[in-house]
Amino acid sequence: MKDVPIQVGSIAKRQIVRTVRQPAAVFFPVVFPLTLMLVNAGGLTPATRLPGFPTDSFYAFALAVPFIQGALFATMNAGTDLARDIQDGFFNRLALTPLRGTGLLTGLLAGVVVLGLAQAVIYVVVGLAIGVDFQSGAAGVLVLLLLSALILLAFGAIGATAALRTGSGEAVQGLFPAFFVFLFISSMNMPRDLIPIDWFRTAATANPVSYLIEGVRSLIITGWDPEALALAFGVAACLAVAALAAAALSMRTRMERT
Amino acid sequence: MSYTLAVAEAVAWRVLRNVFKNPSLLIPSLVFPLFFFTAFAGGLSRISQVPGFSFPAGYTAFQFVFVLLQSAAFAGVFTGFGIARDFERGFAKRLMIAAPNRRGIVLGYAVAALVRWALVAVLLTIVALIAGMQVGGNGVDLFGLFVLAALVNLAGTLWATGVAMRLRTIQAGPVMQFPVFMTLFFAPVYVPLALLTGWIHAIATVNPATRFLEAGRSLLAGDPQEVLPAFGVALGVVALFTVWAVRGLRSAERAGAS
Repeated sequence: MKDVPIQVGSIAKRQIVRTVRQPAAVFFPVVFPLTLMLVNAGGLTPATRLPGFPTDSFYAFALAVPFIQGALFATMNAGTDLARDIQDGFFNRLALTPLRGTGLLTGLLAGVVVLGLAQAVIYVVVGLAIGVDFQSGAAGVLVLLLLSALILLAFGAIGATAALRTGSGEAVQGLFPAFFVFLFISSMNMPRDLIPIDWFRTAATANPVSYLIEGVRSLIITGWDPEALALAFGVAACLAVAALAAAALSMRTRMERT
Repeated sequence: MSYTLAVAEAVAWRVLRNVFKNPSLLIPSLVFPLFFFTAFAGGLSRISQVPGFSFPAGYTAFQFVFVLLQSAAFAGVFTGFGIARDFERGFAKRLMIAAPNRRGIVLGYAVAALVRWALVAVLLTIVALIAGMQVGGNGVDLFGLFVLAALVNLAGTLWATGVAMRLRTIQAGPVMQFPVFMTLFFAPVYVPLALLTGWIHAIATVNPATRFLEAGRSLLAGDPQEVLPAFGVALGVVALFTVWAVRGLRSAERAGAS
């Protein structure tokens, strides 16, 4: 049992090092969400003149999105890496060692969270650089990073489950469009109460990603909004618990198969 | 000339057969434009109420033109992915040895991209009409809009072909995709050019995609404006990328792909 922290640390370190050694795996999760935010915010700035729009800066409004999109990229990369381990036999060799399944899963997810938090810090710095004023202050930024970590944990566990169940990197990458649909059919670009099309507003309201975005966004443009934060942390925690349970089950099945 | 056409026909037939027999290649190219159309026209339609926004055919039609042009450009890019895959698998090498006139290879890929996009365009138009898109233009205006989009498709194909033939790996995907994505999103995607401000207005003003979008929207609304300059720019871009693609072909020949 005392070996578990060492196992977790080793796997987490491996996950971080292998990601940092792949420039594309570092570059796209950082650059693509920020680029998309900048072009969207540039084009959608006139929307701030709509009656009822909650801020006069679309950059501040849009800054929440990279936190979710970056978590999505990080998760896909981690899931693909785990699937590659299964495909090339590394997972089989690990199974012959005293490493526990929980140690492997925890280590992998710890690596995802650490890398994702590094991304999140970059998003905060870029936000400050382009003049976004975080209404919740420094303490709010810390809460934002905590929420990001929980979202990364949930998404990471979903990616790990897909990798463990399919053992295929392509299958994990196949999840990306589905995640993208969740992102776009949400309150990503417009507050839900300003979406005029009924079915779209209903879909965005039923979509858990809306609440994650709105929680992050509340810390940036509103300040301290207990309802938005409770919903965001609640949704992220539920997703994390469900995804971790599925990942643990998949890990057990995969270990038995191995 | 007959050799060129024979090669083009064979290449186009093979690409289309591959695409239509492989759901993983066909479905994303059909679904993504519909998805973007839904997300933009559905989620952002309140933007049409921003003071100064004026487009008589409505926001659905406003977004339809963008998604039509985007689907045209990306059908070309996706064809570039296929070319890169052909090089990775060694098929392109055999093709270049067998082809009596290699320019027919480029022409064949371009024809395949056009047919591939035509299917997307038909589907997108049907969905837009079902969604209540208002069409103000007459038959000639609409023909002009679709010809303009076809030129964008050709430009996208020739750009991606040039990249694929120089780099000859599917890892070049982002190099083909990212500049096209950026060019399209640095245009007036969500609001007319007049409503953009700051750096995005400066970039959009000199962006050729802005000419295509504004002319295309005016054609759909039945109030053609700046159509000839848009066609002039489109033909210029096609000519430029034809040189780029043919030089790419020569680069592949020099690198020993023949």
